[in-house]
Amino acid sequence: MKEILSGNEAIARGAFEAGCLVACAYPGTPSTEILENTIKYKEIDSSWAPNEKVALEVAIGASFGGGRALCTMKHVGVNVAADPLFTLAYTGVRGGLVLVVADDPEMHSSQNEQDSRNYSKFAKVPMLEPSDSQECKEFTRLAFELSEQYDMPVMLKSCTRISHGKSIVELEERVSGLPAPKLEKNPAKLVMLPGNARVRHPLVEESLQKLSHAGSKMAINRSELRDRSIGIITAGVSYQYVREVLPNASTLKLGMVNPLPYDLIREFAAQVEKVYVVEELDPFIELQVRAMGINAVGKEIIPLCGELTPGRLRSAFGLPQTTPVPAEKLPGRPPNMCPGCPHRGVFFALNQLKAYVTGDIGCYTLGFMPPLSAMDTCVCMGASIGMATGVTKVVADQEKKKVVAVIGDSTFLHTGINGLMDMVYNQSPATVVILDNSITAMTGRQDNPASGFTLMDAPAPAINIPLLCTSLGVKNIRVINPLDLEETKRVLAEEMERPETSVIITNKPCVLIKREGVFQKGPVYAIEDDTCTGCRACLKIGCPAIEWRPAADGGKKGKAYIDPLLCTGCDVCRQLCKFDAIGSKK
Amino acid sequence: MSEQITNVLMAGVGGQGILLASEILSEAAMLAGFDVKKSEIHGMSQRGGCVVSHVRYGRQVFSPIVPEGEGDILFGFELMETCRSLPLLKPGGAVVVNDLRILPPSVLMGQEPYPDGLVERIKARFPDFQLLDGQHVAEQAGNVRAANTVLLGAVSKRLNIAEQFWMRALEKMVPPKALDVNRKAFQLGRES
Ligand SMILES: Cc1ncc(C[n+]2csc(CCOP(=O)(O)OP(=O)(O)O)c2C)c(N)n1
Ligand code: SF4
Ligand code: SF4
Repeated sequence: MKEILSGNEAIARGAFEAGCLVACAYPGTPSTEILENTIKYKEIDSSWAPNEKVALEVAIGASFGGGRALCTMKHVGVNVAADPLFTLAYTGVRGGLVLVVADDPEMHSSQNEQDSRNYSKFAKVPMLEPSDSQECKEFTRLAFELSEQYDMPVMLKSCTRISHGKSIVELEERVSGLPAPKLEKNPAKLVMLPGNARVRHPLVEESLQKLSHAGSKMAINRSELRDRSIGIITAGVSYQYVREVLPNASTLKLGMVNPLPYDLIREFAAQVEKVYVVEELDPFIELQVRAMGINAVGKEIIPLCGELTPGRLRSAFGLPQTTPVPAEKLPGRPPNMCPGCPHRGVFFALNQLKAYVTGDIGCYTLGFMPPLSAMDTCVCMGASIGMATGVTKVVADQEKKKVVAVIGDSTFLHTGINGLMDMVYNQSPATVVILDNSITAMTGRQDNPASGFTLMDAPAPAINIPLLCTSLGVKNIRVINPLDLEETKRVLAEEMERPETSVIITNKPCVLIKREGVFQKGPVYAIEDDTCTGCRACLKIGCPAIEWRPAADGGKKGKAYIDPLLCTGCDVCRQLCKFDAIGSKK
Repeated sequence: MSEQITNVLMAGVGGQGILLASEILSEAAMLAGFDVKKSEIHGMSQRGGCVVSHVRYGRQVFSPIVPEGEGDILFGFELMETCRSLPLLKPGGAVVVNDLRILPPSVLMGQEPYPDGLVERIKARFPDFQLLDGQHVAEQAGNVRAANTVLLGAVSKRLNIAEQFWMRALEKMVPPKALDVNRKAFQLGRES
């Protein structure tokens, strides 16, 4: 049967067909939908972990127990999971283990565009790279087989265009007859103490060499000879752009990017006049090809930064471009927090208090945007708290009071909690605001250990964040309603003034949570035209439901207007109006 | 089947239902026997940013994104976003656009006006142009929320996919409750 699937859906399907038993992940664009699709298959135990390191460790356990296991994450997630990954390369697996990593060249929804292929080489883990949804499914199946055959974890590298792109996939049945998981002790292989690890490392090098040789015969590494004057070595989505733009060129399409099939590359290079390497981001293949003594052209012409596109490839090869109509000068359309988002009031108050805000990653990172403009740093998930501690170590006492870390619930549980331990332990006077909206909102509302539900939608114990902070030794803990601007500002000011660590926790949910009884829409608000003086105070909150309507006669005095279809009745704008012009429609 | 690839672009604002519309088109193209690829970026889209969906179909499709300046038809869900995507279109390409303005933050806050004369600007560059009041026509079909299907109907006229495949795609992708209204909306769009 044929279906149109996204790369992520196809990877989930491939895991199902491969007999995978466990799938574990922490969400991250563009990888999130893989686990949101493995839940369709009741044979797979799918779960969200609090972070990528734990996700990989769960998969490792499942593999050591004898089951096939899938772990997925976005590129930066591998930074978090790198510790287990590097040693997993030495232990190898029992049940096949596949780690999917989805890169985000062009940084559509990421803070950097690191190239994950480097991890495969660095960690000594084989890596496959599919170029469409059909290959996503096939390569996932193959990755499980190779993992068991070579006793190695296998990485599958996707990217935004592959994960979120859709194409036609031929579905197959789930394999049967895999050995049933059961406990089996094998300390020499699974206990990586120096004595054992010294034995394992040479085996890893040997397996990589064997795999490189075998790779030259694998169908996924394919030499397509056409016009021999140029031969292009490429992989993944770049292959599609090469075929689009240079349909007559010979290509060596690599399905396995680590280890490279050296024999096949040598053979291909000998059959063409000039060798090019076309790859996104780093010269990963190119440097290895050049180290083989092959005079290949790559990053001299192919951009190092951002995504490839057919147009960029055309200009790299000096091919004629269609001249499109020039871009229009238009107002931008940056993303914005939703109408009624509980994060808004906190940033409004932080802006008024002129705080120095060490930020973190989530919907609340949009608090950086005008008119709220209240975020001064953002590096990686969980970094806000450690950065706040660091800043207070160097600035003068008067400035220390200005330092506030803001972090979401999911991010706090991901890696923020360690920062808070340090802040308490080493006694930083900074203030931490945990924006608890009861969900991992940014990536599309996934449950987390504090939300009370699992990925499979079963009830689960919910972490009590205030109690957790108490147990870490935080003495000053305040829970606030972020939709009450006066309370929010007052409590923030009090805690910023305090020369001790304090934690403020907000308690209003994300407005997009659909689960019953979590978010309740309030009455719709409206602005009374006659009372509105056009002072624009309500616009300072940046709610997308509020619109400034200039005076019809072009005069100075316009009025504000609330779109009743967008307003969620959070009441925040009402609190800003000095003229009582805003009220709820009863 | 010719080697020709048809390149369709859909542009609008997050939350307008572009993903579903592009999925219906992809499904119809597959049912008609074509190879299909579709691509868009959805990450921040939920927060009201721009969305552009690329759908390509033909005998064999390579690139998942429409090469710059090669779009055959631009299907606009919102005026300003349609205008922003014009450089993706080939000279002489067609534009079918919904007569709808969604104000971006800077306009909402009164810092700049929503640009005017967009319809004229688009028309001047792409004379093969159709403006539709999707919401209004959808109301006639029985539900304002079927506006996207009206537009899809209008676009369908310009694509080499037979009507039966569109109908089958609608049946597969639209919830049974809403099917009748959507069929009607599609027909009204097709006749417009
Ligand atoms: C290491 C890493 N993993 C995953 C992500 C993707 N990501 C960005 S923000 C976020 C979660 C944010 O949730 P929360 O902190 O609860 O804030 P909210 O979006 O709900 O406001 C995730 C998973 C990332 N940027 N880095
Ligand atoms: S999705 Fe939720 S947390 Fe994110 S901006 Fe919207 S309301 Fe706020
Ligand atoms: S009450 Fe005011 S601030 Fe809140 S969602 Fe409605 S318009 Fe926006």
